[in-house]
Amino acid sequence: MSDLTDLLSMALLGIGTLFLLIGATGLLRLPDVFTRLHGASVTDTLGAGAILLGLALAAGWGLLMGKILALLLIMALLGPSTAHALARAATHGFRKPWLHEADEAEK
Amino acid sequence: MILTITLIALLVTMAFALIRAIKGPTVYDRILASNALGTKTVLMIAVLGFVVGDPELYIDIAIMYVLIGFIGTVAVLKISEFGNLGQPQSHTEAEDP
Repeated sequence: MSDLTDLLSMALLGIGTLFLLIGATGLLRLPDVFTRLHGASVTDTLGAGAILLGLALAAGWGLLMGKILALLLIMALLGPSTAHALARAATHGFRKPWLHEADEAEK
Repeated sequence: MILTITLIALLVTMAFALIRAIKGPTVYDRILASNALGTKTVLMIAVLGFVVGDPELYIDIAIMYVLIGFIGTVAVLKISEFGNLGQPQSHTEAEDP
């Protein structure tokens, strides 16, 4: 493995780790199910994408890189569809989105 | 080194998702937290394969885990939204007349 590939893989893993922690903080701290969904989707697409790209660069050319890219494609397809199904089920279950003005007006 | 840092960050993220799954006020929060926990488990299996030095085996397990996790999440969502898994409602139609 060349030196540049190693450096790029480490940078991608670091970016993915940063987005993982940002998404976890959003999942824990945001006030509503829709905003928490927004925080968790960041982790599902960008964090997982950066970490898997870094792992694919660390694997080098071969079957393993193809498997990691297939896993990346599957997660990029299934993550947004899961988020959409969850938001649709929450809307159907009469969860109104959190609005600051509406909260103040009700009080 | 960076793989170990990523693994520790994944553990912290999974702990946060577990706290949200225990605390969550609605059922959708719990479904969201369990789905996020499954995604982080997939990433953790993939990174762990590189840490222990046998990534070929672990990537296969990760691919199977993401597919089964998606099916489980969508099944729970369909039950919580419609009350069934989409099978035809023949018995209620028979009771109607």
